[in-house]
Amino acid sequence: MPTISEAGEKLSRILKGTAADFIEAHLEENRASYMTYRGRELEAVGRTTSSGGNIRALSRGGWGFASFNSLDDLPGKVALAVAQAKLAGNETSHLTPMAPTVKPDWASLNDSPVDIPLAEKKALLDEYNELIWSTPKLKTSVIGYGDSQKRTLYLNSEGSRIAQQRADVTLRLTAIAAQDSDVQQVGLSLGSRGEFAVMKNRHREIAAMAQRAVDLLAAPCVNGGEYTVVLDPVLAGVFVHEAFGHLSESDFVYENERMKEIMTLGREFGPPELNIVDSARLPDRRGSYEYDDEGTPAHHTYLIQEGKLVGRLHSRETAARMNEAPTGNARSINYHYPPIVRMSNTFIEAGTASFQDIIADIKEGIYARNWYGGTTSMEMFTFSAGEAYMIRHGRIAEMVRPVVLTGNVFTTLKNIDGIGNDLHMNEGGGCGKSGQFPLPVSDGSPHIRIRHCLIGGC
Amino acid sequence: MEKILALARKAASQAEVFMVISEETPVHFEANRLKHIQSKQSAFVALRLVKEGRLGYAVSTRSDNAQELVDMAVETSRFGMAARFELPLPQSYPEVPLDDPKVTAVPLETMIRLGEEMIARVRRHTPELLCEASVSRSAISVRLLNSQGAQAAYHKTVFSLGLEGSLIHGTDMLFVGESQSAGHPLLRPELVTDPVIEQLERARESVTVSTGTLPVILSPNGVASTLLISLMTAFNGKTVLQGASPVGHRLGQPVFDRKLWLWDDATLAFNPQSRPCDDEGVPSQRTPLIEAGTVSNFLYDLQTAALANTISTGSASRGRGSLPSPAPSALVIAPGQSGLEKMMADIKEGLLVEFIMGAEQGNVLGGDFGGNVLLGYKIAGGQVAGRVKNTMISGNIYELLKNITLSRETKWVGGSLKTPYILFPAISVSSNS
Repeated sequence: MPTISEAGEKLSRILKGTAADFIEAHLEENRASYMTYRGRELEAVGRTTSSGGNIRALSRGGWGFASFNSLDDLPGKVALAVAQAKLAGNETSHLTPMAPTVKPDWASLNDSPVDIPLAEKKALLDEYNELIWSTPKLKTSVIGYGDSQKRTLYLNSEGSRIAQQRADVTLRLTAIAAQDSDVQQVGLSLGSRGEFAVMKNRHREIAAMAQRAVDLLAAPCVNGGEYTVVLDPVLAGVFVHEAFGHLSESDFVYENERMKEIMTLGREFGPPELNIVDSARLPDRRGSYEYDDEGTPAHHTYLIQEGKLVGRLHSRETAARMNEAPTGNARSINYHYPPIVRMSNTFIEAGTASFQDIIADIKEGIYARNWYGGTTSMEMFTFSAGEAYMIRHGRIAEMVRPVVLTGNVFTTLKNIDGIGNDLHMNEGGGCGKSGQFPLPVSDGSPHIRIRHCLIGGC
Repeated sequence: MEKILALARKAASQAEVFMVISEETPVHFEANRLKHIQSKQSAFVALRLVKEGRLGYAVSTRSDNAQELVDMAVETSRFGMAARFELPLPQSYPEVPLDDPKVTAVPLETMIRLGEEMIARVRRHTPELLCEASVSRSAISVRLLNSQGAQAAYHKTVFSLGLEGSLIHGTDMLFVGESQSAGHPLLRPELVTDPVIEQLERARESVTVSTGTLPVILSPNGVASTLLISLMTAFNGKTVLQGASPVGHRLGQPVFDRKLWLWDDATLAFNPQSRPCDDEGVPSQRTPLIEAGTVSNFLYDLQTAALANTISTGSASRGRGSLPSPAPSALVIAPGQSGLEKMMADIKEGLLVEFIMGAEQGNVLGGDFGGNVLLGYKIAGGQVAGRVKNTMISGNIYELLKNITLSRETKWVGGSLKTPYILFPAISVSSNS
């Protein structure tokens, strides 16, 4: 089977001679390793190599898409995607034109995490697992480590040829405490754009995490209902991603007249102190890149500025349909999927309040930290905290069982009435949309305070 | 594959090669219109070996580089878990019909017409509904060889229909949806449009519900989105082995309502989850998990079963090419005696819940669930009164499943769960509407 460079050579010739409104190819080579601990022992260790690609064609507004592992018979695959596009299309194609970009070679990647000896990775994970197991009353642990390195080659009928590469490292640790039938767990998620070193020296955080899982067994439940809630930067990052980030993805908007009304630029979404940004141009974040998967350069996009909606995330098609500029947010998790509108690094900009300012006048509230997960239906969102504490008379009080928060984005953003000065980005998450999961993203925020937030009891 | 196995046998005491080739052709509609036609071909080969008593594993999308695959697997075996099992010997597998050539013969034009018809039907009911729809056919070939001489090979076809609709008034949004899949062509659009129209009917009015403890009925979709993840984690042999399952030490004991029966079945004809053998060559079976409220089995693969001193239930699954691990195939909850209408008739104020958002985000291991009612209806005076919003339900499944009423009516949810409606007399409901 040919390499992706050889396949790229062939394809650039084929694409030139193919009749469609637009046609592009993604080729990819991927190497990865992973280790999973369940309990004391290393349960699974494996390595993978993968290569493949796809052809995407646009004809009269309809898309054809053919993905494959075999790099043989490329003309047949191009013909298939074009035939599908022609069958699907029955109107006019809309796609913002783009000057061709040529970036033909992969830069050399110095320290790929995949090449670090498995023994070194295992030694670190063993240390962390021992630390969790040395916590009294702790039942068990789950640790999932993964790293990957991929090279991609993008080609299109406009003459672009863009070689990119990235590496990714993730580590998720879970400590599980149990007593009778009560099981409690606390997790920690770490991520990095290829730097294995980021996973090192986490012993203190991990010991504290394990202790918290044990402490939760004795922690009380919160009664369900409305509270003033303070979110730490990690959970506030999940909140901005779920509650607002997905709503900014224009593929939900561009063909939906009602959504367009809701997402009118200039509409007031939050207090004047609120600024929300999506930027793939932040250096070395997991959501960063130079070009997206349609060859559009990465942008730094303000979504909300001074509380008002000022921008949204686009692919070339959604941008053309809405008569706005592309923002370089068309991404796919791999070559099995077409690029769709996605976030990159999404965050609330820092404000001025100190943490003390934020909690000072709260009589009874909840301080929610760390994340478990989050999801959205556009209007409604839910996300769950990994830790929670009561706030009483301006002070952090007793630990309570983790809480699930939910709300309506339009009222909740307006209910933000405190924005801290301590912006922190979290790299431990992966985003899912339309079956494409997990896409490397990062999100972040300073501490924020939200009034009238609905909390589920337990 | 034979070449990989031969090379691996030189380096290892046991070896197994597992290969999946699939082709999926989905047709997608967006904003009521045909948007994408796709063809997704994928292939991978996985090598698992035992060298010096330890498990090594590697996966590649290329089957033409046998030596690289063997080298990678050997490298990982230095760190792998001690293998506690012998790979299966050659044996016979149950006849499970899975391959219907009519699926791959459905023309693209027919699939397009099906999608158009699904959208047209629901929009005849609610013209302003904005729909996404998908119609998909796939063919999957699985082959397994091991150093004991065992061989398995089967073909499977799957046909799926999916429909999602949204209705927006101001900033108020309503989402409805249904999907079905099977091993035969699903050529009747009403399979998904009838349930969606029923959802639209039930959601016609917007109403509010009290905060407090109320009777709640979970629809089959509701059961899937609240209870399933916790139950599946708890009945996974790995969770049990780890001591992290709330039911792990309760085998043979009554834990749930005596009306509750749950089993896992990989042998149902033309079910998308079925197969003659699992992903390590152990014959498929029907495994009871809960019988009359009593915990009766957990799901095991070879390694987990060996560690737990029991035998595999034929539940090894590879996910996307990862090491085999226990997972359910198709789950079935037995129906009860009452009709849904009768179950609702006695409820003064309560909820009928269709979709919960975020229920999987809580302490799944402990059985806690809590989430926003994405689509749910208030029951007032024994009847559906309309849709509720800004409402959360939460609870613990081990508490709640002690006292349930099951409906006579059952339904498949996406081909992986068949369940009746389940009534819980008291669930915590929080609402700020």
